[in-house]
Amino acid sequence: MNRVKNGMRTGFMWVEDWLDRAFGPAWNPLYHLGALGFFYYWIVAASGIYVYILFDTGTTEAYDSIEYMTVEQWYLGGVMRSLHRYASDGMVLMMVVHMLREFALDRYRGNRWFTWFTGVPVFWLVIASGITGYWLVWDKLAQYLALATTEWFDWLPIFGQPIARNFLAPSLLDDRFFTLLTFMHIAVPLILLLVLWIHLQRVSRSRIHPARGLALGTFAMLLALSLFKPAVSQGPADLARVPAEVGLDWFYLAGYPLMDIWSKGALWAFTATITLIVAVLPWLPPLRRLPAAVVDLKNCNGCTRCTEDCPFNAVSMQPRSDGLPFEREAVVNASVCVACGICAGACPTSTPFRRASDLIPGIDLPDRSLRQLRRPFAPAASRPTGTGCGRLVGQGPRDRIRLRPRRRGARCRAAGRGRAQPALHRRPAALLHRLRVEPRSGGRRLHHRLPQGRVLSTFRSALDRGPPCPPARPLPAGPRAARADRHVLGRPDRPSAAGPGGGVLRRGTRRAAARARRPGAPGGHAGGLGRRGGRPWLGRFAISLRRRSTC
Amino acid sequence: MARALRYLAQAAVYLLIAVLLGVLSNSPVYRAFPRDQALIKLSLVHSAQRKVPCRKLSAEELAELAPNMRKPMSCSRERLPLWLEVRLDDRLVFSESLPPAGLSKDGPARAYHRFPVAPGRHSLSLKMRDSARTEGYDYQLDTEVELEALQNLVVDFRPESGGFILR
Repeated sequence: MNRVKNGMRTGFMWVEDWLDRAFGPAWNPLYHLGALGFFYYWIVAASGIYVYILFDTGTTEAYDSIEYMTVEQWYLGGVMRSLHRYASDGMVLMMVVHMLREFALDRYRGNRWFTWFTGVPVFWLVIASGITGYWLVWDKLAQYLALATTEWFDWLPIFGQPIARNFLAPSLLDDRFFTLLTFMHIAVPLILLLVLWIHLQRVSRSRIHPARGLALGTFAMLLALSLFKPAVSQGPADLARVPAEVGLDWFYLAGYPLMDIWSKGALWAFTATITLIVAVLPWLPPLRRLPAAVVDLKNCNGCTRCTEDCPFNAVSMQPRSDGLPFEREAVVNASVCVACGICAGACPTSTPFRRASDLIPGIDLPDRSLRQLRRPFAPAASRPTGTGCGRLVGQGPRDRIRLRPRRRGARCRAAGRGRAQPALHRRPAALLHRLRVEPRSGGRRLHHRLPQGRVLSTFRSALDRGPPCPPARPLPAGPRAARADRHVLGRPDRPSAAGPGGGVLRRGTRRAAARARRPGAPGGHAGGLGRRGGRPWLGRFAISLRRRSTC
Repeated sequence: MARALRYLAQAAVYLLIAVLLGVLSNSPVYRAFPRDQALIKLSLVHSAQRKVPCRKLSAEELAELAPNMRKPMSCSRERLPLWLEVRLDDRLVFSESLPPAGLSKDGPARAYHRFPVAPGRHSLSLKMRDSARTEGYDYQLDTEVELEALQNLVVDFRPESGGFILR
């Protein structure tokens, strides 16, 4: 199982890197899988409303009305129908990839069980919504589905009369059945929406809307597909004849051929077993219960950043209990903490511009502190040279630690590659996510990629934390700025952990470092900048992690 | 990556997803039933007779009952199993005792079976026993049917219509 998971993880990372290059981190579809699923849902809902307006419930009227909108009103009704279908398919695609990715990245155990577990009914509700929708068309595919589905359900000894008898002959099928089907096709997606709401209850900052550019691109793709290959029916249903060949929608109906291969009972057993296994995956061995984050009150000033950044609402602020002259303190709710370590990355004491020489966050993981976590990355981080490098990639076993070009045109040498130490491989992938920090286009903001792979919290954004960092400007010339650079990057004339010449920080950070050295510089942590020695690679990471503290 | 190249890569990703959605939404075609065959579908729901026949209560027995419970007939709930036989071209293709549904065995027995056959003329013999008799049948139908390829012939049962009916 671990080999499969590791292989999947490597594959996802590879695709993610390529998508990062094509879309950038803000638009990378892999970081928006859940949000894209929601986006498809809304497209399905909106197009479904229009289709419903033109739809007639009746044994012959159903097919005729859909043919009308497909053929006569192709420019609107046909497009809406096609959008309805393709967005539904896209929803399944996003849902499956989302599930596989969470599985591959080990994001379903521990306190994440709730989100994973409630995702299982979401899957079946989506499938049920699609199947009931295909029935409504009442073409040959609908006839096949109606018979196959009802025969499958009739295997269960819960129906007084076999429901497949409704489809024995045209005379036995009445219009009221389509009214019932329409009701089901509306009710099931509404129930799905409710379950989706429950699904996100433990995620404090769930994103249900993808980035605008990604949403526009996705919609344009669906629209183009709808125009180029409109969804069509497969001929009217005729209960006096057997549908021989049907064009299945494999996103929704891939399980139907199994009904012809296996017995009905075997298929029920298979479906129930798979569902059960997936549902109880969080509790299957190897069981891992990671210790929750702990607060070190001596280093906590109650700034609330950990509370704001925690994606699972596991950190709350409460009145100070230790007598220190601060208003509040962070308190961790261990029952919902997933030990992702984001809070440690959010803590301002992890900034390199701190007063204390040691890196001691006010909140940290007991079994793997931020300091310990950074240590294995030292060799890899010290090797790279080049300008504009600084993005750290690596989140799982055998993942390479790479420093990639952050700016267009920048180059990083291959020496920037390295491998995390074995001790780090055994840690859950989520721990390393706090290191996956990179700037948005323009380099003004930092986004902390969370376990969901999303760009979740915007550090020091105009909305959340006050004004963003000032725009980057060329470094002021002069000895003071040079000293500041030497501190952070290492001396260019002396070999250091940062490699010959150091010099991997972007201009904005250099400037911020220089500014922080000025007498009376804002921010309570600026005083430590002038200390002797230091570990440049650490400073570089910390700056990448917490750039907001410099402005 | 140059801006144009990035847009090109994005377009390629969207194209890939669009092709995936467009192709898998209705292809490859699935062959659900052989084109050169017809289908005889046996589907019936019928309650057999009661296991213990209804009995008329005597006046003494009625008097012992509460006034609102005095029904003249006393009937047990349990039904007999249904015996069903299907012969196709003088070949026995189905022969089964169908139990009554329900925890108290008071529901109807039901059958639902599919018999793919070659198109053409076939002799069909249907026999049912829904009483306690051990020999002979309560309902019987012997007929010949002409089937086309992909034709769906349904064998149903309606006692009010005289027994077996073909649709």
